[in-house]
Amino acid sequence: MDQFTLNLLFVGASFALYIGIAVWARAGSTSEFYAAGRGVHPVTNGMATAADWMSAASFISMAGLIAFTGYDNSSFLMGWTGGYVLLALLLAPYLRKFGKYTVSEFIGDRFYSQSARMVAVICLIVASTTYVIGQMTGVGVAFGRFLEVPNTTGLLIGACVVFAYAVFGGMKGVTYTQVAQYCVLISAYTIPAVFISLQLTGTPIPPLGLFSTDVASGEPLLVKLNQVITDLGFASYTGHHADTLNMVLFTLSLMIGTAGLPHVIMRFFTVPRVADARWSAGWTLVFIALLYLTAPAVGAMARLNITDMMWPNGTQGEAVAVETINNDPQYNWMLTWQKTGLLDWEDKNNDGKIQYYNDANADMDARAAEGGWVGNELTNFNRDILVLANPEIANLPGWVIGLVAAGGLAAALSTAAGLLLAISSAVSHDLIKGALNPGISEKGELLWARISMAVAIAVATYLGLNPPGFAAQTVALAFGLAAASIFPALMMGIFTKVNNKGAVAGMLAGLLTTLVYIFLHKGWFFIPDTNSFTDADPLFFTIKSTSFGAIGAAINFAVAYFVSKATDPVPAEIQDLVESVRIPKGAGTAAEAH
Amino acid sequence: MADKSSTNAYWEANIGIIKVCLVIWALVSFGFGILLRPLLAGIPVGGTDLGFWFAQQGSILVFLALIFFYAWRMNRLDKEYGVEE
Repeated sequence: MDQFTLNLLFVGASFALYIGIAVWARAGSTSEFYAAGRGVHPVTNGMATAADWMSAASFISMAGLIAFTGYDNSSFLMGWTGGYVLLALLLAPYLRKFGKYTVSEFIGDRFYSQSARMVAVICLIVASTTYVIGQMTGVGVAFGRFLEVPNTTGLLIGACVVFAYAVFGGMKGVTYTQVAQYCVLISAYTIPAVFISLQLTGTPIPPLGLFSTDVASGEPLLVKLNQVITDLGFASYTGHHADTLNMVLFTLSLMIGTAGLPHVIMRFFTVPRVADARWSAGWTLVFIALLYLTAPAVGAMARLNITDMMWPNGTQGEAVAVETINNDPQYNWMLTWQKTGLLDWEDKNNDGKIQYYNDANADMDARAAEGGWVGNELTNFNRDILVLANPEIANLPGWVIGLVAAGGLAAALSTAAGLLLAISSAVSHDLIKGALNPGISEKGELLWARISMAVAIAVATYLGLNPPGFAAQTVALAFGLAAASIFPALMMGIFTKVNNKGAVAGMLAGLLTTLVYIFLHKGWFFIPDTNSFTDADPLFFTIKSTSFGAIGAAINFAVAYFVSKATDPVPAEIQDLVESVRIPKGAGTAAEAH
Repeated sequence: MADKSSTNAYWEANIGIIKVCLVIWALVSFGFGILLRPLLAGIPVGGTDLGFWFAQQGSILVFLALIFFYAWRMNRLDKEYGVEE
């Protein structure tokens, strides 16, 4: 059986499973559509949240960004896990106690203001739509490879599948489907990593393999990796080369953003009790950590394998021949990925070999002159292909490659579906039912939910054709937006007695400064070439647009505090509401009263 | 419902636990993983140093421990103050 058929089989079987489960648990009423009833066990909820959370950014993109940067991209690892600590300690139990369906309902009630609710809805829509753009980038990569078509075609096909999938069922269908998706994606991520770790280090556990000895050289894996990549003029893998201020702010933005993302927070509304909300956050992180502890090993090992492939005779020997790439079955992955347009090479000096090195590093000039090299010949290696190409690079069996294809699609689809749900509930439940047309029927509300999904996916697909960055980088922008707008409002709603005007002013200030900062660097509305600055030379110190969320959050807190100080104190009944949210007792009744 | 002074004490105890947890949270990630990494450079871990390990692995393990500790501690605190569900 050829690889294409095998991929088709794995992807087809996994889809049949998800659809089967979705049909079996189809959402009936609106409350099921949004919050799946309140009967989900913390472990089940944790697994579903993990699937919802681990998107194309985590699965497809992140290890590639770590592989080509090393230590400096540790921010992704710490940021996207550390946010769960904030979520578990500062938000989840209290929002569960509050007992409504959506984040903006909490903000609207706590800040006793329809405008606060509308501003929250706008923040949610902006952050979620940006997030979906990142997902669509990943969907394009996965479908492009899997169907062996150009990236753009893959993206358009993927968009149709995501839409059909999200419309099919609400949260209830999605909860159990996502448990299945979690199982598929985590095995797809870890199984190849175990194989590769065994090949390179003899250790079956990848996180341990990362810190053990490379069997081929007898040196620690990371020492070996540092040596081969510095030989080629690249920065060392374990060294700290990034700007420290930017790295700290980037990590912080990802953490705060994690705790402010509506589709993750919504999950904690679905557990039976306040105590379960606390446990749920822990279980979610357990299931997420399985991938996040594996990712750095995947990145480092893939980087070593790629370097070995391009320099089969060692970094001091001769580079790989063009003929070998074209004929050796081991190099087949390069030919298949070339079709997607995401990987390319060019024999610039016509010596029949492909020299892969850092031509921007002056230290390489002498060796390049001696060897007659005229520049790096591995001209394009899109970071987003690394995880999907990884099993092929390591020459793993065909079924592993098929499994990874299924896992990548599961990751992209589950998150895209979760986000579309968050967007559609924001539009239909909060915007239309909550403000524009309170008398709307259940049926009308569901119709609006679906229309808003369609619009969101169309916008995301259009912008996904020219994405502002690799999948994980675009997603990082979405986190910055959530960090600057939603998280501070929620936290102040629980821990302080900031009033309505303070909250509205804070959210607007945080969202707008962050959005403008991002647009100045990434182009207005992400339209290419409309930017005035670049992340290489940012407007404000060394702070890149991906790291600005933490600053936006600080602005939000400060503005809310001072505006609140200068205006009327919160009414007594809201003070009581804040007091009651802080205590678990009575959560069940609060939920039923809705 | 418990009286006002008791719920205030409960809330203050909660804030105290949160503060301790967040100090550890920041120490292992921003501290050991980034800012204090040069200080830990002398401690070797599998071909690199302890700071690298914290940045790519250790911090995640500590985050997990923190969340489970908090859930366990708070569920006990709920009972101590009689505010559990």
